[in-house]
Amino acid sequence: MTKKFNEKAWHEYDLGFMVSKPGCAAEYRTGDWRSQRPQTNKDKCIKCGVCYLVCPEGAIVLAADGTYDFDLEHCKGCGICATECWTGCISMAEEGE
Amino acid sequence: MAKRVGIEVSLAISEAVKLANVDAIAAYPITPQTHIVEHLSELVADGELDAAFIPVESEHSAMSVCAGTSAAGARTYTATSSQGLALMNEILYIIPALRLPVVMTIANRAISGPISIWNDHSDIMGVRDTGWIAVFAENGQEAFDLSLMAFKIAEDHRVLLPISVNIDGFTLSHVIEPHEFLGQEEVDKFLPEYKPAVQLNPDAPVSMGTVGIPEIFTEAKKCQDEVLKGSEAVVKEVFAEFGEMFGREYKVVETYRSEGAETLLMTMGSVSETAMEAIDKMRDEGKAVGLIRLRLWRPFPVEALRAEMVGVKTLAVIDRAVSFGGTGGPVASEVRSALYSIDQAPYVASFIAGLGGRDITIDDFIMVVGQAERMAAEKEIHQYKMIGVRE
Repeated sequence: MTKKFNEKAWHEYDLGFMVSKPGCAAEYRTGDWRSQRPQTNKDKCIKCGVCYLVCPEGAIVLAADGTYDFDLEHCKGCGICATECWTGCISMAEEGE
Repeated sequence: MAKRVGIEVSLAISEAVKLANVDAIAAYPITPQTHIVEHLSELVADGELDAAFIPVESEHSAMSVCAGTSAAGARTYTATSSQGLALMNEILYIIPALRLPVVMTIANRAISGPISIWNDHSDIMGVRDTGWIAVFAENGQEAFDLSLMAFKIAEDHRVLLPISVNIDGFTLSHVIEPHEFLGQEEVDKFLPEYKPAVQLNPDAPVSMGTVGIPEIFTEAKKCQDEVLKGSEAVVKEVFAEFGEMFGREYKVVETYRSEGAETLLMTMGSVSETAMEAIDKMRDEGKAVGLIRLRLWRPFPVEALRAEMVGVKTLAVIDRAVSFGGTGGPVASEVRSALYSIDQAPYVASFIAGLGGRDITIDDFIMVVGQAERMAAEKEIHQYKMIGVRE
């Protein structure tokens, strides 16, 4: 099994600790520190896609029925989607509730 | 035997760099290093050396360019001195961390102030912990030879670290000495073309110089330290190969008439030649005195030094830099640490001399030996003594 970057011994890294394979935040859970999470009332969703366009993290995912879901492993809970949603179908809920 | 040529040591170094067929040179002139890069720029301008000579506006830029050219896979050379070395400081740390085999001549000169253009070792001591291999030459021939060996050591894939060849400013850089040059064919046989392990290449992109988060920073430093320590074996191999091919022997720790000596003088750099004269004089008078000369400063050759300590009662270490408020001269402190745990370690007397171009004479060396022996006999507790100071 390939070791993760933080599991390798000192001699197992690339020369000069260079990066030979581009990294991507998509490989890591970067939404852990979110304090609020978005939620949708899909009945009010008009499938306009504004939330998808404005999300700075690319954490909004197109669902099969044309509405949108949230990638909560990467969503930081910034609330831009809720603010910009035309119909107000997205709201923010306290994390942990 | 190769022809002997009378030439200024700086120019001999330039000729060695030309024979090494470097691809890129980035440098800024500073006394007493100037003649080296000036001559190299002439060699490039005259078409005698096919290399990119990149003039820059400061030493910080010079070393930054060296990082770039070396990362791109070019055999890279630079030279500097004193304040120039200090200005490079930030990038000096980056070069070994990125494992770039840059070769640099340092024409050792005092760091200001007061402003001094003259020789001591305060410049190299200030960059001691940047992670470069550091060797010292005692004369022009050694400067020429070490300049060639430096590329082979640095570029070995077990090493891939930068190396500084230290020559005493003026004392070496500006004197004309006889040198035995090597022919291009011989050099090519000894020093093959540089084959980078990795290089910046748009067809196989890599990122060099990335962030090292806390989860990997310690591993990065451990790796750097292990590779630097491991380079000592490669230094010895290259010295041995050079000796076999060209007949001039080099060791990481050199000795002179040290057989049976109870007291050893210890020096680094060109003062070693004056020290030899002092040893001859004292030996003629029947004193059991010898000389030990440190050639490899980093990595510090702990085992090789310990091996020379059999039967030695007193070691008088000459430092040409002050570690202000410290426990000894920079070399003496290392020596004390290296010898602390061995059985029957000698008494280590630390003397600071030859600052900012002050001569260290034969009589000074003889006086230092006498003083060290007296201090050892009295078990005098001291950290270091500056000699030749007007009180």
